Amino acid sequence: MCLSIPAKIEEINGNKANVSFGGNLYQADISLLTDATPGEYVLLHAGFGIQKISEQHARETLELIDELNQAKKGK
Amino acid sequence: MKYVDEYRDKERVEKLVSTIKREATQNYHFMEVCGSHTHAIRRHGLPSLLPDNIALLSGPGCPVCVSDQSFIDEIVSLAGHKNTIIATFGDLLRVPGTEKSLQQCREEGADIRPVYSPMQALELAQKHPERNVIFPAIGFETTAPSSAMTIKKAKNENLTNFFVLSAHKLMPPAMHAVINEGVHLNGYICPGHVSAITGSGIYQDFPANYNVATVISGFEPTDILQSVLMLIRQVNAGDFKTEIQYIRVVQPEGNLKAKEIMYDVFEPTDDQWRGFGSLAESGLQPKAEYAAWNARSHFNISTPAKKHHSQCICGEVLQGKKPPEDCPLFANYCTPRNPAGACMVSAEGSCQAHYKFRDHGAKN
Repeated sequence: MCLSIPAKIEEINGNKANVSFGGNLYQADISLLTDATPGEYVLLHAGFGIQKISEQHARETLELIDELNQAKKGK
Repeated sequence: MKYVDEYRDKERVEKLVSTIKREATQNYHFMEVCGSHTHAIRRHGLPSLLPDNIALLSGPGCPVCVSDQSFIDEIVSLAGHKNTIIATFGDLLRVPGTEKSLQQCREEGADIRPVYSPMQALELAQKHPERNVIFPAIGFETTAPSSAMTIKKAKNENLTNFFVLSAHKLMPPAMHAVINEGVHLNGYICPGHVSAITGSGIYQDFPANYNVATVISGFEPTDILQSVLMLIRQVNAGDFKTEIQYIRVVQPEGNLKAKEIMYDVFEPTDDQWRGFGSLAESGLQPKAEYAAWNARSHFNISTPAKKHHSQCICGEVLQGKKPPEDCPLFANYCTPRNPAGACMVSAEGSCQAHYKFRDHGAKN
């Protein structure tokens, strides 16, 4: 139910957007989002985009985990 | 796939597990309160990777499971009305009501159509102006803004044949109820998608008043393991707070636009929960100005007196008091093909997750 998927905005027409995930295209309602633009990734839930996904923060999360490796190797 | 595969990387998982093993120096009881977390934890066999002193409990996070039997009975009643289409999330079809499920109503001729979005239900109402279309709205703060936006659209378009039967629920009252039931917890793995809407402020009571650690988590294996590590560090340091692991999606303030729309249309109300009974201000109902699209305001709904399957322990499973394996019906009389209780119906229910992934090396 709370299942949400990260989908890429391909095209925007008013409050609707064509989004892609896993090679498939879906139509999503983006009226809950502010300033969504093509090329951005959004979290898709029950036909609605509910939040944009931050590329920078996505990278930071992985870097934090990768630093754990180095911290361990350093010991 | 972007934002999926890199968070399932085996080497990252192994490093997180070894760090957790090194730092987990006491016993920990952590609870997840999102059905998608329950599913992910079981699917990826995470309990089998963790040391025995870390227990992962499932709480009241599956919307289908926590919806009370009386809610199913309300939909069954409405399905019997003339000229009516019930447009519902497919998950609700096989949940047993007191007398029957929606699937049984459908077999008896009721017009019940699965939809994946409330907007699809609204489109059905536009397509069939001569019929009433009723959308049973379930879900937490993740889903309620979508229902709210759909009701606003129905109002803007002066649609008079679209109605919402709301069983939307709020997450914090259930998290309080678990603690009030006496379940021992050191930390909550907080729901990432609820928090994408609400932000992180809704959890502040738990660290402040109960010394319960809180980390808002994503849904991939490295997300959940990193969240477990963050919870362990809070407990070890005695420094209880709310942290966001799922920073790529969750902002401290949440989605302000979605929250505004949700609380423009809905207001909190006392609501019934499977396993907990009535919880104060735990549900969302349409405000008076949206009563024209509220199925409860518009229709006469009659429901039978509630009966409960004598051996089903869904209630205790949802409270986090017992694992599904403790139920005498589990995996024999109650399976996903023939569910006796709601927690076996939904893909996000604890019972189905435990059943489906029982060979994934999971400990209880």
